[in-house]
Amino acid sequence: MKTDQIVNLSRRRFVAGSAVSLAGLTLGIIPTVAAEQRQAGPGIAGQAPETAGDFSPNAFLRIDGDGIVTVISKHLEMGQGTYTGMATLVAEELDADWEKVRVEGAPADAGRYNNLFWGKAQGTGGSTAIANSWKQMRKAGAAARQMLVQAAAKQWQVEAGEIKVKSGVVSHAPSGRKAGFGELAERAAEQPVPESVTLKDPKSFSLIGQRIPRKDSPEKINGQAIFTQDVKLPGMLTAVVLHPPRLGATVSKIDTKGALAVKGVREVIQIPSGVAVVADDFWQAKLGRDALSVSWDESKAFSKSSAQILDDYRQLAEKPGLVARTEGDGATALASTDDAIEAEYSVPFLSHSAMEPMNCVVRIDEAGCEVWNGEQMQTSDQYQIAGLLGLEPHQVHIHMLYAGGSFGRRANPAADYLLETVHIAKALKPGTPLKMVWTREDDTHAGYYRPLYLHRMRAALNDQGEPHVWDQRIVGQSILKGTPFESVMVKDGVDMTSVEGAANLPYEIKHVQVDLHSPELPVPVLWWRSVGSTHTAFAVECFIDELAVKAGQDPLAYRRKLLRNHPRHLGVLNLVAEKAGWGEPMGRNRGQGIAVHESFNSYVAQVAEVSVRRSVISVDRVVIAVDCGVAVNPDVIVAQMEGGMGFGLSATLLSELTFREGRVEQSNFTDYRILRIDQMPEVEVHIVASAEAPTGVGEPATPVIAPAVANAVFAATGKRLRQLPLRLG
Amino acid sequence: MLNLSINGKPHALDLDPQTPLLWAIRDHVGLTGTKYSCGIAQCGSCTVYLDGAPVRACITPVSDAVGKEVTTIEGLSSPAGQAVQAAWRELEVVQCGYCQSGQIMSAASLLQRNRKPTDADIDQAMQGNLCRCATYARIRQAIKVAADKLNGVQS
Ligand code: FES
Ligand code: FES
Repeated sequence: MKTDQIVNLSRRRFVAGSAVSLAGLTLGIIPTVAAEQRQAGPGIAGQAPETAGDFSPNAFLRIDGDGIVTVISKHLEMGQGTYTGMATLVAEELDADWEKVRVEGAPADAGRYNNLFWGKAQGTGGSTAIANSWKQMRKAGAAARQMLVQAAAKQWQVEAGEIKVKSGVVSHAPSGRKAGFGELAERAAEQPVPESVTLKDPKSFSLIGQRIPRKDSPEKINGQAIFTQDVKLPGMLTAVVLHPPRLGATVSKIDTKGALAVKGVREVIQIPSGVAVVADDFWQAKLGRDALSVSWDESKAFSKSSAQILDDYRQLAEKPGLVARTEGDGATALASTDDAIEAEYSVPFLSHSAMEPMNCVVRIDEAGCEVWNGEQMQTSDQYQIAGLLGLEPHQVHIHMLYAGGSFGRRANPAADYLLETVHIAKALKPGTPLKMVWTREDDTHAGYYRPLYLHRMRAALNDQGEPHVWDQRIVGQSILKGTPFESVMVKDGVDMTSVEGAANLPYEIKHVQVDLHSPELPVPVLWWRSVGSTHTAFAVECFIDELAVKAGQDPLAYRRKLLRNHPRHLGVLNLVAEKAGWGEPMGRNRGQGIAVHESFNSYVAQVAEVSVRRSVISVDRVVIAVDCGVAVNPDVIVAQMEGGMGFGLSATLLSELTFREGRVEQSNFTDYRILRIDQMPEVEVHIVASAEAPTGVGEPATPVIAPAVANAVFAATGKRLRQLPLRLG
Repeated sequence: MLNLSINGKPHALDLDPQTPLLWAIRDHVGLTGTKYSCGIAQCGSCTVYLDGAPVRACITPVSDAVGKEVTTIEGLSSPAGQAVQAAWRELEVVQCGYCQSGQIMSAASLLQRNRKPTDADIDQAMQGNLCRCATYARIRQAIKVAADKLNGVQS
């Protein structure tokens, strides 16, 4: 397989010419890499200039003369622990000393750094980082190890088979010889690349499965980590953009006088998405924007309200949609029953609201376009930017920096905030670096929300109280329509991301139908941590609870029965029930709720304990069980379960983005509320031991908490809440 | 010209006195560990100390800092600060990291005032610091670990 091919980059570079720093071993650098290295700022991808004697056996690692192993991560670090994960996989097979491993972000180059689950595209998302790199990174490490061993064997004139590698030291016991990776690096680069490598037996893993320190922690606790917001380049200007007050409004008149009078303001530039004020620093640009006067033509602007959208969706739910799944007699089976159970669930628009508001740095000159960004979708962003500038995609060089959270927002096929930055930079003197910064208000208003969704659920129970008909109708905007992903992920008009978590309903039911309406609205929408499952898990896991109640059965026992042929669902359910003490008496105004859901091939079950006082819901404790295959870094998994659940809890209890006559009603954390520490429950995470290939952990905890809490609220109060965020009274 | 002392070093800044301290520190002094996220004292990402007391730099005019000692995450070196940073590493609190400078500044300030904070004390002191990655469970735990370290050092 092409993707498994191991190449000696040092050699390829040499062949590619443009040789630099020629002492000892001659190394060449291919042009794109040269550009990356020339331009990189502090703590930025590709910053370390390669020196003679470095050993770069493949695109994923480099060993220098001091024995420092630099792992090149093709995936973005946005909090989910990817840098540590990538390094763990490489270092495991390399038998490196963890203390001497550092990580660097890869440049944009899909030829070398594509996501193996995304074909030829480079990017991070869908909880795929570890899953797609599992073998690739280990092979990269194993190949390098083999070359180091060969180098030692040659140098010492001994049998390679007698050489051992441990913790960054290569040794030959019979002759008592020893060398660090650094001493062997130069020679290792001359060794032939192994055609194939043998990976370790999992039994001999020494890093995988251990709690090892995260690589990004030290610089994130002393203020040294560089995010896009922190990039500073010589001569850099900063832009703040005035966006239209409503979607679809256009500029009718700009009065720039006030803005240009602000000290430090250089230019006011009209761009497709609004009016940009460019200044020497952020505060001046912001003052400039405050002083800018723009009148807008709102005649064609969006004018709907959230309540009205929900009403429209309710109407639409009366009519059949496009079928995503049908089994048995499907929905028609309901006709033969007299007591169908019916319920409507709904969720609002949501903003991602990462703590780092969207921002981007761009510099355009004759050579191309250089971008500094918490970069999540290199290949598609390269195409978008190249398209706008009339460049070839490879002329768009991207430095992947740490992202201060993303939750899907930085992975936008429309590349909205990147193109906004490019539009401004394009209007400046060539070569001027430009930082575009959104304020929190801009970030809340600018769109690309988790879509508002409505689910109409219907079911009928048989004599045993088990459902024999299940009919779920889903109404909400398609995320993928009109994007390059449409051809792969929209099948027969059904957007897979709208129905995931519903169409693959695991419960054994004879007649099943899931259908979908994808109404169009001008509101820009996007994936939001765990995508379709954010709403399908809520509808499905609450409704199944309703059926259990109707059948007079325990919600856990009910699920177990209907999941009898789904061992991994059962595994997490049983574990969570045991650890949480399912069924123990909770006392007055308190209740337990349970939910289980598979997303991104990982299985998560949660038990939430809530108390309700004066209509206020407090979540006191959450117990989580997860099955994500081999646990590469158990502590990172635990962290993702805690954080993913907490992220979902914001949407469960607090967050809601609403439109009123086309205007977004929220603007900052005062009204777009997210979880604070006093609302965070006690959390306990349990990992199911597994030998299956690892699957994602960044998202799967998020969708499970809303149904677990809603079910617990029902247990505590007898009130069934079917709308997020949950509100009593 | 405004004369500031930041992390023990003098800085003369030619700025409008109303400029928020946050942007003076980030854009003019070049210390970027202090973060912007809300700009209206709702998230705590921009927390710095003025003469040892925590303030939200996003709503503090730079002129308020004249004649006072400003401490940012880069200059945090008190025993409480060191204990907090060590506990943060031990418990691997950090995820995306963007909020963490502010969390650490607030946590260290809490321990400065209260060597044995209860859960309720922690919730109260830290509820102005948002973390979208929801690292709160570990923050709570790490503050207790830091308190133990600090008290151990003292005894
Ligand atoms: S940026 Fe100052 S409190 Fe949020
Ligand atoms: S660690 Fe990401 S916002 Fe706190």
